[in-house]
Parts: sequence; structure tokens; C-alpha cells
Amino acid sequence: MAENKIKIDHVSKIFGPKPKTIAPMIKEGKSKDEILAETGHTVGVYDASMEINEGEVFVIMGLSGSGKSTLIRCFNLLNKPTDGAIYVDGENIVEYKTPQLKKFRQDKIAMVFQHFGLFNHRTILGNVEYGLEIKNMSKEERQKIAQENIELVGLKGYEDKYPDELSGGMQQRVGLARALANDPDILLMDEPFSALDPLIRRDMQLELLDIQERLKKTIVFITHDVNEAFKIGDRVAVMKDGKVVQVGTPESILEAPANDYISDFIKDIDRSKVFQAEHVMIKPNALVSLKDGLNVAVKEMQQNGISSVFVVDRGRHLKGIVTIDAAIEGIKQKKSLEDVVDTDVTTVAKEDYINDIIPKALESKFPLAVTNKEDKLEGFILRVHVLSGLVADDIEESKEYHGYYQATNNQTIEDIEK
Amino acid sequence: MGSFPNIQSNLGDYVEMFVDFLDEGLEGLFDLIFFISSRTINGIEAFLNFLPWWLFIILIILVGWYFKSIGSGLLYGLFMFLVGTFGLWDEMMMTISIVVSAVLICLVLGIPLGVYMAFSKGFSTVMRPILDAMQTMPSFVYLIPAIFFFGLGNVSAIFATLIYALPPVIRLTELAIRGVDEEVIESAQSFGSSRWQMLMKVQLPQALPTIMAGVNQTTMMALAMVVIASMVGAQGLGEQVLISINRIDIALGFEAGISIVFLAIIIDRVTNGVADRFQKHRRAK
Repeated sequence: MAENKIKIDHVSKIFGPKPKTIAPMIKEGKSKDEILAETGHTVGVYDASMEINEGEVFVIMGLSGSGKSTLIRCFNLLNKPTDGAIYVDGENIVEYKTPQLKKFRQDKIAMVFQHFGLFNHRTILGNVEYGLEIKNMSKEERQKIAQENIELVGLKGYEDKYPDELSGGMQQRVGLARALANDPDILLMDEPFSALDPLIRRDMQLELLDIQERLKKTIVFITHDVNEAFKIGDRVAVMKDGKVVQVGTPESILEAPANDYISDFIKDIDRSKVFQAEHVMIKPNALVSLKDGLNVAVKEMQQNGISSVFVVDRGRHLKGIVTIDAAIEGIKQKKSLEDVVDTDVTTVAKEDYINDIIPKALESKFPLAVTNKEDKLEGFILRVHVLSGLVADDIEESKEYHGYYQATNNQTIEDIEK
Repeated sequence: MGSFPNIQSNLGDYVEMFVDFLDEGLEGLFDLIFFISSRTINGIEAFLNFLPWWLFIILIILVGWYFKSIGSGLLYGLFMFLVGTFGLWDEMMMTISIVVSAVLICLVLGIPLGVYMAFSKGFSTVMRPILDAMQTMPSFVYLIPAIFFFGLGNVSAIFATLIYALPPVIRLTELAIRGVDEEVIESAQSFGSSRWQMLMKVQLPQALPTIMAGVNQTTMMALAMVVIASMVGAQGLGEQVLISINRIDIALGFEAGISIVFLAIIIDRVTNGVADRFQKHRRAK
């Protein structure tokens, strides 16, 4: 349990005159519609369970009416769950009494709202310092912290303005600064960018990721926009009719949608912005070290049936690429491997999105080299891999393409030998 | 056809008995109310009379300038000066002290009642018909118990004014507190505000523009009661109107009447100006 920051354990939220009496019906497996028809109670969240890890961006995605906003309000008990438990750092917050709950909200968790929820009778500074003010922090101290957070979200100079003097995007920055000022472990964001226009929304998404990179909060993020969910989520939960239908990383959901509803949902997603180099790359069968020499390089290529091979140094740092033609020519002219190696290789980082790789793949005459953070060679990408990464069904197909490629190249190698 | 059968209920008698009972049983309470009200009126009146007339006019001009414009300020000053030329300056000061006292007491009672109504559905259900009755009951009717409790004079006038002018501020306070944006309430909750912090730092400030509209209405209604209240012995402009009716004195009646209109205009515009001030940063989303 310790490794989970938040654990949602069979949580249900029912609205109506006597919600408690309805909870057993969920355990019996009655559907939301049956319960509504029989008792007139609306089930907002139906037996939801999930675990959220410390420091991750966890996105809850669903259409309107899917219960996502109801569920996120359970995390800080703006909605008290009718049934089930919510563990934060191992403590069941549903059992909290008023003083504990107040302390929990003041210290551990903060929320950003869809329509910002700003206090329009207070200045920007007054808004951002609110959370600290109700903790009775001294004026000097809280204004200093508020000031830092206003600068963090890029609103320096607007401290004395009122919310209605700012644009929507700026107002939501205030909402974010206000939430961050409390230095919470957990940040709840209820469709924070849905009310903003698309350009501003994209900026805000990038900025959020930027801030997250620095602050490493545990973020629970609600959205109805599948592109937004897959862009910023480390993991995504998909909700429908109050139920959690699937939880997983964006890639795993794209690769194996749990049902037709999710397939339908993700149909329009731009896969090139979800899949990264590491998802389409191939681990090299053959690598040649600089000191190995040309003969070894030719042998490696023949054995693996390929027409070119990457050359690395002892620490697997990429030195370049050598083609079979160049290698054979080199042997004839008694050159060393170092002389014939072609250093004009395009490298991409493991984390690069396919979207960014496409132009490089078009320009490069060799396969793209994929490197990790330490600049070590991890794999390579052929143009067909880039293409197959964009096709919805089965990413494994790229290996077939690769096999085809190898087969055709085997022919050329044999031709050369003749 | 049949006339109404000879069935009698003596509701009026019971009310009279109840009023008698109150008068005897709660004498201490009424004495306290009398004490507070008369102190308030006398204090305000003493302050107004302490100010020289020209300083008062300058103050009115400045207030008008601050909340509306310099033109409005000068107009309000001219109104005041005209009332002085009618020979009704002292009466106007008396009327202002009665109205201001009544409004102050209305706010002290009305805002907490309105807030409580917003929080308690049960209390709200009980209060609504009472407020309706207070607003629709002909005002002459409660002049009688007013005399009973407080005798003839300014305090009875305030009591009668209270009953008539209190409902708007209560109603609009309730409406305003209930009308605060749900997400704003949620965001205050999500930071762990206590109920008191929520009320003082979020709900009341958010509700203030609407509450100010209630204050404006209450003030105008208090002014409207000035003439009726003079029947139980309130002094001031209302008393002059009453005298002019008795004497069929058109000149005095018009002068006193137009003075009340001037006062109404000034008070209405100034309280509206204050409300606009509060409204400034609350344009709808």
C-alpha cells in the first residue's frame, strides 16, 4: 500500500433521498439504469477502484455524465462516497472527522476547477494567498509564497488586478497558482482547460507538464478530450456510466482497448503524438565496435542478412554506420573501419514522438538511430516502422515488415557475393 | 339567498390579549429596545445638529462626487440648500436621524436573519410567510401596538418602520447567499475553510452587491414610512406633512413633500452608487 499515493477502493456515489439503502444493490450487480428505474436514485460513480502512484499524472477520461467530475470530488470529500474507501498515504479519508478533513484539505490536497472558481472580490494576490490565509499564516509569509507562485505561472505584474480583468487562460493560471501555493502533495484538476480556446489550451498543457517536471506532484486530471488525456497522462482511466472501464498507460490502451466503447473513443486519436520512438524501434541484432574492423562488420551483416550496420564504441555510443557496399569497397582498398564509417546518421531520442520523427525519417538515407539519455544506442527505426506506428491495429506488424526488409536485403547481399 | 351564518371568531380579541400579555410580560425587553432605539436616534441627531449647515452640504456634495459625479454632488447640495430655504432644515435632520437609525437596526437584525435563512431550509420556510405578512399588513395596524409598547414618539415610529422596511434586506441577503457560485463555494471548501471563514471571507463578500440592493430598498421603504410614522409622534418632515393636512395648508404640504422627495433622490442615488462600487469587479462570467 505504501507505494500508492491514492487508492480508490470500490467507491460508489449515489444521489437521491436515501443513498445508503441503495449501496447493497450495486453489490448485487444491478445496473445503473435498473437502480434508477426501481428506486429513482442516480448512481454517479459505480463501484470504482483504482490506484494512483506518487508523482504521476493520472488522467480520468470520460464523456459528460460518465461520473468523472463526481469521482474527483470524492478525492477531497466535496462529495462523500456513499460506499467504499479512499486511502491517501494509507489512511482512509472517508472516515475523517471535520477537523481532520480540514487539515487534510489545507495541507495535502488542492483543486483546480473547470470555471476557475476564483474569488472575484479579491485581487490575484488575494486569491492565491487564500489557502494560506485560512491556515492563519502571517501576512508577510503568505504574500511571499503567493508571489512566488504567481511568478511560477507567469503572471508577474498582475498581482493587484482582479480576476475579471484577466483572460480565461490567465484566470486558470491564477487557479493553478492558488492551488500550488498550498504546496499540496496531490493536485486535483477538474477539466481545467476545457473552458479555454484550443491554442491557449495547448500552451497550458505544455506548461502544466513543465511545472510538473519541476514539482513532481501527484496529479489527478479530468478531461473529456482523449488527445489531452493521452498527451499529459502517465496513466489514463476511462470511465463510462459511472464505471471505470479501463486503466492503463496511453500506449497500452491504444494497443489493446478493453471494449468497443474505448475503441470508438480512441478512433480519432492522433497516434503519432502518443507513440514514441521506443515503441516502434527495433533492437539491433548486430552491432560492430570500432576496433572490430571491416571483416567483422561484413561477417555480421552477412550473418544477419542486413545491408548496413551501426558502429559503436566500447560504451555503446554511436560512432556511425557502415554499409555492405562501403565495407567491401574498403576491404578491397585495404582501408580501416574508421575510414569508411559514415557519420551522417540521424539520431532521435527514445522519448521522441513519432510526429517529430517523420520529417527526420524522410530526410535520412540510413535507418534512424535511437539513443537513450546517456547517448547509448538502444535501437533503430526504419521508415516502415514509422508508418506502421501510425496504423491503428497491431504495432507488432512492424516486425513482419522488418522480416520482409531483411529478406529483400539478403538477396542483394547474395548478389554482391556473386 | 343565504347570508353568512352567525358564526363568530374573535381572533382580534385574542391578538389584543396577546399584545396585552406581551406588554406586561416583556416590559423589560421593550424598555431595552426603547433605550437602544432612542439612544441611536438621539446620538445621530446630536451629531447632525453639531455639524454647521454649510459643512453638511459640503459633505453631501463630496459624497455625491465620490459615488456618482461632481454634477450629482452639486445637485444634491442644491437640494439640501433648497430644503433649508423652506425653513425645514431641522425637520430634515430629524427625519434623516430616524431613517438612518431605522436602517441601521434593520441591517443589524436583517443580515444575520437572512444568512440564517440561507443556511436553514426549515427556518426559511417559517420566515417566508411572516415576511409576506410584514410587507402586506396595512401599516396603520401595527401603529396601535407600537403605541402600546413604546408610547407616542420617535421610538414607536422606528418600530413601525422596522416592520415595514425589514423584509427586503432579509430576503435579498438570503437570495444573495444562496446565489453564490457553486464552484466558488467548492473552491473555498477545497482549501479547508471553516464555516465561519467561508461565510466571512467568501459568501458575504460575494453576496455584498445583492445585499446592497436590499439596503437600498430598505432605505427607500423607511423613507416611505416617514409620514405614516408621524401619526405615532415621529417628528420631522412627516410631521409637517401631517400638520399641513390638518390645516389644509397647500404651501407647507408641498414644501415638506418635495423635501422628502429630495431626500429620497439623494439617498437612493448614493446607496446605488455604493452598490455599484461593490459591483465593479463582479461582472458575470
